[in-house]
Amino acid sequence: MAENPVLEVSDLRVSYYTDAGRAIALDGASLALRPGEKLGLVGESGSGKSTMALAMMRMIKPPGRIENGRVVVAGTDLMALSEEQMLKARLSRIAYIPQGAMNSLNPVMRVGAQMADAIKAHETRSSKADIEERCRQTLESVDLKRSVFELYPHELSGGMKQRVCIAIDILLKPRLIIADEPTSALDVVTQRQVMETINRVQKQIGAAVILIGHDMGLMAQFVDKVAVMYAGRLVEISSVRQIFTNPLHPYAQALISSLPRLENKGVFQGIPGLAPSLLRLPGGCAFHPRCSRAMEKCRTVRPNLLDQTDGRSVACHLFTKGVS
Amino acid sequence: MAALMELMGVTKVYSRGLVARTTTVALRDVSLTLNQEEPTIMTVAGESGSGKTTLAMLLLGFITPTNGTILYKGRDISRLSGDEKVTFRREVQAVFQDPFAVFNPFYTVDHLLSVPIRRFHLARTRNQARDRMVEALTAVGLHPDDVLGRFPHQLSGGQRQRINVARALVLKPRLLVADEPVSMVDASLRASILETLRGLQRDHGVSILYITHDLTTAYHISRSIIVLYRGSVMEAGDTDSVITTPEHPYTRLLIDSIPWPDVDRRWGETKIKAKEGEAGDNAPGCKFASRCPFAMDKCKVTPPFFRLAEHHAASCYLMEKHPTMDSAQLSDLLPT
Repeated sequence: MAENPVLEVSDLRVSYYTDAGRAIALDGASLALRPGEKLGLVGESGSGKSTMALAMMRMIKPPGRIENGRVVVAGTDLMALSEEQMLKARLSRIAYIPQGAMNSLNPVMRVGAQMADAIKAHETRSSKADIEERCRQTLESVDLKRSVFELYPHELSGGMKQRVCIAIDILLKPRLIIADEPTSALDVVTQRQVMETINRVQKQIGAAVILIGHDMGLMAQFVDKVAVMYAGRLVEISSVRQIFTNPLHPYAQALISSLPRLENKGVFQGIPGLAPSLLRLPGGCAFHPRCSRAMEKCRTVRPNLLDQTDGRSVACHLFTKGVS
Repeated sequence: MAALMELMGVTKVYSRGLVARTTTVALRDVSLTLNQEEPTIMTVAGESGSGKTTLAMLLLGFITPTNGTILYKGRDISRLSGDEKVTFRREVQAVFQDPFAVFNPFYTVDHLLSVPIRRFHLARTRNQARDRMVEALTAVGLHPDDVLGRFPHQLSGGQRQRINVARALVLKPRLLVADEPVSMVDASLRASILETLRGLQRDHGVSILYITHDLTTAYHISRSIIVLYRGSVMEAGDTDSVITTPEHPYTRLLIDSIPWPDVDRRWGETKIKAKEGEAGDNAPGCKFASRCPFAMDKCKVTPPFFRLAEHHAASCYLMEKHPTMDSAQLSDLLPT
């Protein structure tokens, strides 16, 4: 690898302690991202995508607990920071656009005041005029008018609110942006505009992006690499082209073949069976009850995520010729 | 052919304010016919604010049109007698977007499915009612033992949405209005719900009005499509022609913006003009003109429909060389 990774997650584990028992929502996730790289994190609802994002932000709330792992962003292990330092790291090193972010704007505060708040929380010395100018410039960079600074959230459309959230996220030029389904409530045209905006500002500030979602179409259009999650575990990490043309893990294969395309009109191929409950995970590989190629070994031995020769990683007993 | 549901020049205007009334035209002069004999799946597509949910509400009789009439089996739905109203309510059913919001968390699935059976006196005995529930659940691909007796929170989003379809199905409807039924459901479950809807049309003779902004699923499930923009029909026709050879600049923009799950099919290069203010909303003429890269002077007058092919029409002056047609005849060209 020519460049040092801007993000290195290793063996991250999150559990939720509920009355019904302990649910391991994220089990030993490891991945690395280079500056400017865009990763898509996909999986069914409940597979642990959002948990992973929240764990990286250290925003897991009880009964959830981060039990293990390191999240190194640009050389700093976020897990080793104090609460105080972590507050500073959010937005300036690692920024998060939560699901339905546009509903998180404060309805009784002007957009500008909410943006200025973000800067003031990190920089105590900046002058008021300087902060305002930076906010207005950032609004421009996400294709909004400078005058949006004076508006209230209810005066903006859904797509505009989503842009304001993106503007807040890039104000302090973070090294990593995590976007959790940033466009799921928007229609296709607005979705494309918002994704194009994220794409452009990401290039401008050179940040890496993790895009979380289950819209594979969006992934095909936007990301460089795709990480597939199943029942709290990463099962495959491949380049976007590899995932779409030659998925390796049987779950990834089922996911890709369930997609509607122009060519296969009228063919609906769902994935048989249901996602397992995290409280009662099947032994061995969590996917084996739904897998068409399950072997005896899959019921008992859990496959590890192994690097393959072509730069991909797969956790499946069918692919054991790992290089690691 | 007798019409099942017929919209004749329907316009819906919402107004607000007491002194300075501001009005929003949610739907403008829409005519549409669904046949009784041939059940079909028709898509109504458009972005938010295009009037697609208003259309659903009108068809379900939840709101009344400002102008025009809606006929169900030849009777005006706003003037139905008591008995006719009961029949209408039973035969026209709906499935809504959010499978998490529509259930009462205190009731089990059994209760949810038995209410309509009791309400419409569809079964004489308890066993008959249960048979009917089992039949409906099987038709949507659920194992009755898996879901009966359960509470909504014990079910996945996909299961809930299929129960919604089953609830509509116990009533043996003639028309199902499905307002974004899969937009909140995981991609892997979408396929099975769409397959369920298609099975209803094929095997149970239910006509389906599929309301969506997702043209990918529309392409896969429906025979015909109507594209709405700010309350006006932009383009209509059979799904294949409209999606593979869109002609109206708005439809082209929509199709161009679909994120296809295919690394070799990139998002188009069509530059998108930002949405302009709501001020020009009630201005006459083509609603899309303010965002249209091909806008001309004459776009200030509402363009008529031009018939491009046997099953394809668009409302745009760029198609001027084709013969015009009356908007009331629009549904004649939709295949069934």
